[in-house]
Amino acid sequence: MKARVHVMLKNGVLDPQGEAVRHALGAMGFDKVDGVRQGKVIDLDLADDATEADVTAMCEKLLANTVIESFSVEMQG
Amino acid sequence: MKAAVVVFPGSNCDRDLAVAFEQAGCDVSMVWHKDSALPEGIDIVGVPGGFSYGDYLRCGAIAAQSPICQAVVDHANRGGYAIGVCNGFQILTETGVLPGALLRNAGLKYICRTVDLEIATADSVFTDGYSAGDVIGVPIAHHDGNYYADAETVAALQDQDRVAFRYVDNPNGSVADIAGILSENRRVLGMMPHPERAADAGHGGTDGVAVFRALAGLVTAA
Repeated sequence: MKARVHVMLKNGVLDPQGEAVRHALGAMGFDKVDGVRQGKVIDLDLADDATEADVTAMCEKLLANTVIESFSVEMQG
Repeated sequence: MKAAVVVFPGSNCDRDLAVAFEQAGCDVSMVWHKDSALPEGIDIVGVPGGFSYGDYLRCGAIAAQSPICQAVVDHANRGGYAIGVCNGFQILTETGVLPGALLRNAGLKYICRTVDLEIATADSVFTDGYSAGDVIGVPIAHHDGNYYADAETVAALQDQDRVAFRYVDNPNGSVADIAGILSENRRVLGMMPHPERAADAGHGGTDGVAVFRALAGLVTAA
């Protein structure tokens, strides 16, 4: 069983790294980019009986700081 | 007054914090991150600066899950005193003892210099050696010192007079210029600047001494 967790800064929380990437893209001539948000992808190798609820609990307790970050879980069989 | 300073893998201001406590007259024990209890009769816990667990995942996130941190949280929950500086502040927000979170500096750069801090309230054991409105010089050294909390939390901090220090010239984008905050019972202080690095004339300044000096007069054990 595998799971992929996406962790992103919540909307409204300044993402200075994303902003820096947006600036760089603009400077390179990619002028069709209105915004960039940079997050994290965390891949988990899990025991066969692990459930999405287990992974959600991991996200809430450690993988994401829900004060500033949102997360999504993708179970991959 | 008995103080404990927690040491994580990656702590680098632990000794500085211990010396600042000692100079203020405290009896100091160092406590290892794998310990699950604080020594008997500890009045105040210091959570030092550094890069606990290499700052992996997020600053302070893994430290917040260490065995000793549960003991620190229990100490705070039963009304004990605690101070978290820099990475220690990040750890205290990650444990939920203090509200909010620390984001990457708005300018994306690591900043290491002395900044001016305004004493926002003198109504705490950490700041009663100052007067509200005093401006002191204290070093900062951080990459993730941009204090963030939602509007409701910031309003509550302000309404309850829980902002301890404000940056005079905000270096990192912190919301409402917040450099340090107090817990609801005013016994836990978290701050990004390093008062322990301004606690000896050899440091180039002693403006941080009062943060520790007031503590030495405390006798109430949690």
